[in-house]
Amino acid sequence: MTIAIRVKGFSHFFGSLQTLKTIDLDILKNEILGVIGPAGSGKSTFLGALNRMNDLIRKSRTEGTIEIEGKNIYDPDVNVAELRRRLGMVFATPVPLPRSIFENVVFGTRLSGPRHRARLAEIVEDCLKRTSLWEEVKDRLDTSALRLSGGQQQRLCIARILALRPDFILLDEPCSGLDPISTAKIEDSLRLLKRDYTIILVTNNTKQAARVADQTAFFLSGELIEVGPTDKIFTAPDDQRTDDYLRGRFG
Amino acid sequence: MNKLERDERLIRLALLAVSFSAVSVLAVVTVFIFSEGVPIIFKYGFRSFLAGMNWYPSEKSFGLLPMIAGSLMVTLGALIIGVPFGLSCAVFLTEFSSKRLRRTIKPAIELLAGIPSVVYGFMGVVLLVPFIRRTFGGPGFSVLAASIILGIMILPTIISITIDSLLAVPPAYREGSIALGATRWQTTKMVLFPAARSGIVASIILGMGRAIGETMAVIMVAGNAVAVPGSLISPVRTLTSNIALEMGYASGEHRQALFATGVILFVIIMVLNTIANLTSSRKKV
Amino acid sequence: MRLDPKVEQGLVKAALQVMTAVTVFVLIFIIVFILRKGISVLDFSFLTRNPVDMGRGGGIFSTIVGTLVLTLVAVLIAAPLGVGTAIFLTEYTWENRITRIIRFGADCLAGIPSIIFGLFGFILFVTKLGFGWSVLSGGLTLAFMILPTIIRTSEEAIKSVPATYRQVSFSLGSTRWQMVTRVVLPAALPGIVTGIILSIGRSIGETAAVIFTAGSALHLPTSIFSSSRTMAVHFYILAREGISMSNAYGTAAILVISVLIINLLTYYLMEKFIRKYS
Repeated sequence: MTIAIRVKGFSHFFGSLQTLKTIDLDILKNEILGVIGPAGSGKSTFLGALNRMNDLIRKSRTEGTIEIEGKNIYDPDVNVAELRRRLGMVFATPVPLPRSIFENVVFGTRLSGPRHRARLAEIVEDCLKRTSLWEEVKDRLDTSALRLSGGQQQRLCIARILALRPDFILLDEPCSGLDPISTAKIEDSLRLLKRDYTIILVTNNTKQAARVADQTAFFLSGELIEVGPTDKIFTAPDDQRTDDYLRGRFG
Repeated sequence: MNKLERDERLIRLALLAVSFSAVSVLAVVTVFIFSEGVPIIFKYGFRSFLAGMNWYPSEKSFGLLPMIAGSLMVTLGALIIGVPFGLSCAVFLTEFSSKRLRRTIKPAIELLAGIPSVVYGFMGVVLLVPFIRRTFGGPGFSVLAASIILGIMILPTIISITIDSLLAVPPAYREGSIALGATRWQTTKMVLFPAARSGIVASIILGMGRAIGETMAVIMVAGNAVAVPGSLISPVRTLTSNIALEMGYASGEHRQALFATGVILFVIIMVLNTIANLTSSRKKV
Repeated sequence: MRLDPKVEQGLVKAALQVMTAVTVFVLIFIIVFILRKGISVLDFSFLTRNPVDMGRGGGIFSTIVGTLVLTLVAVLIAAPLGVGTAIFLTEYTWENRITRIIRFGADCLAGIPSIIFGLFGFILFVTKLGFGWSVLSGGLTLAFMILPTIIRTSEEAIKSVPATYRQVSFSLGSTRWQMVTRVVLPAALPGIVTGIILSIGRSIGETAAVIFTAGSALHLPTSIFSSSRTMAVHFYILAREGISMSNAYGTAAILVISVLIINLLTYYLMEKFIRKYS
């Protein structure tokens, strides 16, 4: 069990407001880490810290390190664009770009990778198959992505980041607003994908974490309260607050 | 800093340089107009320029008072015509007409804004001037003619900005007033006008700026006699016409005097625009 | 005497309707009048022959070319500057003193009357820089006149592109410049183009600034240093010198038709833009 990401003493600030408080966490390779916690607990900020999307927000500041393969991603010589290709991010609301399905999937690739049309077509087919979307859209790849249903759009967004051959997939409440069938399809995709990728899944729905995650981390008010194997967290958590949250005594 | 950050910073710098183009052009325009026009003002003195009644360039007499009076009268006339019609249109279109009507008429009014000023002037010459001559006497080329044409030309400005100001008033104001039993007109009069006042005032000031700066249409219908107009049907020359009419053949001090006219015009318009910007930005209710 | 509110409203509404009707009537009257008198003059030969005898005869071909060339030069200069400024203000900086200065500059520029631009263009381009009365002088002057409009409309168009598109682009590893060129600009294009078309409309009708910078030569411009007459200038000279009323009407008709086409085009593009994002 190798460590893919090591978070050491990591804190994050927006100006003078501290949003993450000295997080220590190891994420293992090819596992699904579920991140749960009430609203405002810092889950999304944590995700944004991993691929440095937080940098885009004004007055964003960090302390501590996040190491991927031994290298701190906050070192000054790190190429942030490359980092973001290694850690693909999926947002809560699916955001297809106003283009065709084909162009959506290859958008990232076109920025920095192969441009040859035949090669791109291969990539599109491969990625759509991995997200179980291929059969549904293979005959209309050149139609607008905006016409797909919510669930299909979200799977398209996942396919879009797969095209970049990332090592990690970061998902921020990807199934909020989706019906149970679409949610199930996405969860199935994640189980298959974990063979080749390390996945970090932020979710408001604790039951989703229970279904899908190998390890689960519980955040509260910017602090990492507890992290461990999902079974243990859900049946016999160490911290009383974890137990309270999971039983719905607050949240 | 790595290569990515360096490239990004370079692009940002390039765009910053481009952005200063607008500002630098403004600075250059100001510098050139002033450098050509100010020396001669100092040579002959402010008073002789602003209060002098005689404009005889060949005799070094550069009194701009008739033209200043002309510009003011014509602008005032334009406002007297443009503001009532403009505000009426704007109020009608926002409060008393259907959305569909507004969507047809508003673009039509924007069309008015696109018609070249020389076409307006031409209409004035061909239709308005003879009409004034027949009905009111005088040469027809007059303060009245210029005021009417300018009034029409500033309508789109006043109408658009007033409509935008009225539409920007929170719907809650309207709804609250009507819920208290007021009619639409009472609501407009007592609630909307005060709320949109700064925008409306800004539109009028901007209209004033446009009227003062207008050249071609005024030249064609105003008569251009160098004398303070004695009545509405007297001919008149404005500051802008003064420049345009004589620039073609002026040289030496005469040319500099025309630049001086430009300086005075420039200052007046900058003051008006600044006031307009300040009034509309104080719109935070 | 206090009027019943409903009566007062009825009277006011009637008055407003009349005022609005008069305003719209004036607009329609101007357009119809010019077109009726001018369209009969417009035929193939009028549009393709050069003016003869100072404009008494012949057509207006060289002025059409003059107008097109001048406008082209103006747009080629102003569009990159204006769109670049808009990109800088929206994507590369937060609101601070620098942006306020830039906006102040653009706003002031927008308020300067065309005759002052004419003076400025004359003293700088025609005289000091030695370009003479030329397409170059006229084009440069016009470019700075339309710059504020292009900045304003481009900024609005860029601002209305959803923020989520930008987020997605970054998260897929794009640089800021890639995001601007591949996501934001394509999405904002209809709005930007609308602003440019509006500016073209303004350039076509502009007279005071052009007459002192591009001159009024009747021949076809052979280079950017040639003097050239635009349709608006030609129209002004024909009308004021009383050279030919019928040709004046014809030129006026073309000017009005151009404005109509440009406004319709702008309107169509705006509708398309709004529909895309609603």
